[in-house]
Amino acid sequence: MTQYAEGITAEIVKEHGLSDEEYAIILDRMGRAPNMNELGIFSVMWSEHCSYKSSRLHLGKFPTKGDKVIQGPGENAGVIDIGDGQACVFKMESHNHPSYIEPYQGAATGVGGILRDVFTMGARPIAALNALRFGAHDHPKTRQLVSGVVAGIGGYGNCVGVPTVGGETNFHEGYDGNILVNAMAVGLADADKIFYARGAEAGQPIVYVGSKTGRDGIHGATMASAEFDDESEEKRPTVQVGDPFVEKKLIEACLELMSTDAIAAIQDMGAAGLTSSAIEMADKGGIGIELNMDTVPQRETNMTTYEMMLSESQERMLVIMKPGREDVAMRIFKKWELDVAVIGQTTDTGRMVLNHHGEVVCDMPIAPLADDAPKYDRPHFAPEVRAQISAKDVAKPAHMGNVLLSLMTSPNMASKAWIWNQYDRHVMADTAASSEDPSDAAVVRVHGTDKALAITTDCTPRYCFADPFEGGKQTVAEAWRNLTATGADPIAITDCLNFGNPERPEIMGQFVGCVEGMAEACRALDFPVVSGNVSLYNETNGVAIPPTPAVGAVGLIPNINQRAGFGGMKAGQILLAVGDTRGVMGASLYLRVIEEREDGGSPPVDLAVEKVNGDFVRGQIRSGRVVACHDISDGGLACAAADMALASGIGIKLAHEGDLPMHGFLFGEDQARYLIAADKEDAVAMLQDAKADDIPLMVVGLAGGDAISVNGAHNLDLVKLREAWEGWLPDLMNKVGED
Amino acid sequence: MKSAVIVFPGSNCDRDAHDALKRVTGQAPAMVWHQDTTLPEGLDFIMIPGGFSYGDYLRCGAMASRSAIMPAVIAHAATGAPILGVCNGFQILAESGLLPGALMRNAGLNFVCEKAPLTVANSNTRFTSAYAGRSDLTIPIAHHDGNYNADEETLERIEGEGQIIFRYGRNPNGSVHDIAGVMNENGNIMGMMPHPERAVDVNHGGTDGLALFESLLGSA
Amino acid sequence: MKARIHVYLKPGVLDPQGAAVAGALHNMGYNEVEAARQGKLIELDLTGDNADAAKARVDEMCAKLLSNPVIESYSIEMS
Repeated sequence: MTQYAEGITAEIVKEHGLSDEEYAIILDRMGRAPNMNELGIFSVMWSEHCSYKSSRLHLGKFPTKGDKVIQGPGENAGVIDIGDGQACVFKMESHNHPSYIEPYQGAATGVGGILRDVFTMGARPIAALNALRFGAHDHPKTRQLVSGVVAGIGGYGNCVGVPTVGGETNFHEGYDGNILVNAMAVGLADADKIFYARGAEAGQPIVYVGSKTGRDGIHGATMASAEFDDESEEKRPTVQVGDPFVEKKLIEACLELMSTDAIAAIQDMGAAGLTSSAIEMADKGGIGIELNMDTVPQRETNMTTYEMMLSESQERMLVIMKPGREDVAMRIFKKWELDVAVIGQTTDTGRMVLNHHGEVVCDMPIAPLADDAPKYDRPHFAPEVRAQISAKDVAKPAHMGNVLLSLMTSPNMASKAWIWNQYDRHVMADTAASSEDPSDAAVVRVHGTDKALAITTDCTPRYCFADPFEGGKQTVAEAWRNLTATGADPIAITDCLNFGNPERPEIMGQFVGCVEGMAEACRALDFPVVSGNVSLYNETNGVAIPPTPAVGAVGLIPNINQRAGFGGMKAGQILLAVGDTRGVMGASLYLRVIEEREDGGSPPVDLAVEKVNGDFVRGQIRSGRVVACHDISDGGLACAAADMALASGIGIKLAHEGDLPMHGFLFGEDQARYLIAADKEDAVAMLQDAKADDIPLMVVGLAGGDAISVNGAHNLDLVKLREAWEGWLPDLMNKVGED
Repeated sequence: MKSAVIVFPGSNCDRDAHDALKRVTGQAPAMVWHQDTTLPEGLDFIMIPGGFSYGDYLRCGAMASRSAIMPAVIAHAATGAPILGVCNGFQILAESGLLPGALMRNAGLNFVCEKAPLTVANSNTRFTSAYAGRSDLTIPIAHHDGNYNADEETLERIEGEGQIIFRYGRNPNGSVHDIAGVMNENGNIMGMMPHPERAVDVNHGGTDGLALFESLLGSA
Repeated sequence: MKARIHVYLKPGVLDPQGAAVAGALHNMGYNEVEAARQGKLIELDLTGDNADAAKARVDEMCAKLLSNPVIESYSIEMS
């Protein structure tokens, strides 16, 4: 057998990211040397992005089933049962690299892609969130990246008309060369009207809908190949550009088509566009595909099959229709002024056959693309265990109020209003709580009901770096806690696992540790993973990002009038802390901001305690005793109290006694804790309940005055705090002339 | 009250408008597609909702204002029936020439979404009669092009005629005279950037928008 | 035949985008920039060969859709 087809060299194979072993498998499965089109298709399908070749082995460790899980990982998005015949569809996905190269379009197309994952399944998107991680705030590129990413998210989400209700924004020098843009979308559907990529049969028409195909984002590796084509200038990879107007029309048109019962299977064209959408539907249906490339709507002239198959042009879907129902799609998509074309049909051959200009330009078996995709057990080792640091090991600061001010105005804690004011948080008129509201999770009503979804994104990379296993546990536990603090029943999570180069054993060790820690927490909290995404190779010049396994979590609030936020506290109300405070300081915000160090072990997470404390809090919220509730996380009890004081516009008098050093009490980051405000009688009743249930619950303060104080001293004036807390980000973004 | 909501490609507050009207009037409004050329018979009220009709391309509202349904809307307006344009709907009405002035890019250049403090500048209209005796409201805004602009002569005229209906308590977008909502000379067409349909429910945006729909219900 | 249409804000109408451009150029040290106005350029490919008639049609397009006479002016170049 010839090793290479005409025009293909070992160099070209290498540029397609295929190893010698992988190429040998291709030769075997094809029974001949692949041509350029076939090589390109293998290359994208076997890429890390599509095949999860480094991560698949470990992703199997996640619990993915549960009473409420309708669809776990493997489809476009996860689906959970929220009662009354309704389902919630959600997923989070990374768009890191494109956002670093072109922040506006990178972030915009990230939002567009994740929305498509959700409405592809028949769900109307009802909420978007974004977990953003930028480099150091004073890094020369950071401001431009922040403004571009935020404008891109807003530009797309606002136009599409899906409220951007929450998320998080962190700054850390570990992301100087690789920012993270993780977008999450949540949708609503009828549980018996979910659409899948599976379900197609032979002899059905394949319909292309949405935007035309251009040369956007074609596989970078191949583009670098000068041998590939002399007109390299014309064919250089171009940035994908999003068109939210088309996306909005696509949502409406797809949902309209889905109400007709004419669809056999549907898949959006995301990464690796036409290739992966066609192959996934064919593979899941065990069928073949035949496409006539001449009929693919094209934006540019003289496009090759290779370009069309690998293009990542946005806002496109591939639909396999029931036979004879093509006209239904035609009518609906023409009404919405979108491109629509029948481009082929399914077959019983199990092969992908592409015709272009009257010639067969690709003829390959489909099964090996999925079945024989490489799966690696990459070497990995866990980092050295770090010693725990307790408050006794850390010098006592002189003035707690000054420390609190420093923590609250540090980049990760300062108000992010400058960002979320640029997002439409209210469209669709169901947003009960978003970024602007004092709530640990966004709360979005299920349209036309009294139910609501609580939605959050979380991750503490500091902890994951210190101890991947405990950090992984903590990430899931904090998401669970944030949902609980609103009064919701946590249901399931999606994840977005961002790491460096998996070929380095220490990075792979971070990945494995985080996954195993997350899996343990998911099992203990009955909080399965229903969808997710892995983003590896986030590193520059050998420097990897901190391990960042971001989690997006969804819970259900059965009655929207029985929920809690962390504002609304009034003078005379009592502050109580749920959970034990031991003053754990390792990898804490305190160490990072005040002592400029990040050493020490990650705070240990006792999942059994997490569960009982959370269940206690949720029960108290539903009993109506809780005025305000906030989970205690970054910066400890004092920062949680400061958030509540700012949200309520009233001071807090904290009281501390006992052996624990005061800075451990205030700033320690012990887990499984909540801060609750309640009227006196209710506080007494809660203390009784807690005693009966053996839950640690302690009075820690009293609402009142216009400052935060501890034992009558260490005052931090609320007006001063608010000014600095609100001012930090606008001051950063409005600085002029320093780039 | 028999009402209609005009839907353009890119409209995204059409469902919100529908739900608010249904809640207040007890009757679901007709949803009219932009390519239709006639309106349902006997309409008491037309609402042009917010969104990004035609992607806000060219100018916000420009293409929608030239779409097939607009001649019928303009003819209906001539009969004196009330028409409300919210956000993109305001931009469409201004582009149609049914309202004075134009809406430009926000002075701060960024999209602004916030619960905006407003004052009722004229409660003696069919859109605002139920606000009589109330001056301060909070109604959400969410727009990129809400910077109201008109020449001096026009401003003087609309100020003098009481055509300015709402003003911002804290100007979010650079609008002249803090204008958030204006009415035509006849008093039957109003455009406003704030979203009253997002303020009809305690669990979402408050209830300060209710009185606007109640005013219309009272006048219909 | 091609028509190039420049649409720009009328003098006297505040142009926040232009002002931002001027501000940014100043910050970069281009102090000679007195003012910046931002407009848009629209190119139309047209059929037909009568330039005068075509220009009259384009003028109509500008008045009816491509510009907003409340705040904008335009100029047309045929080629």
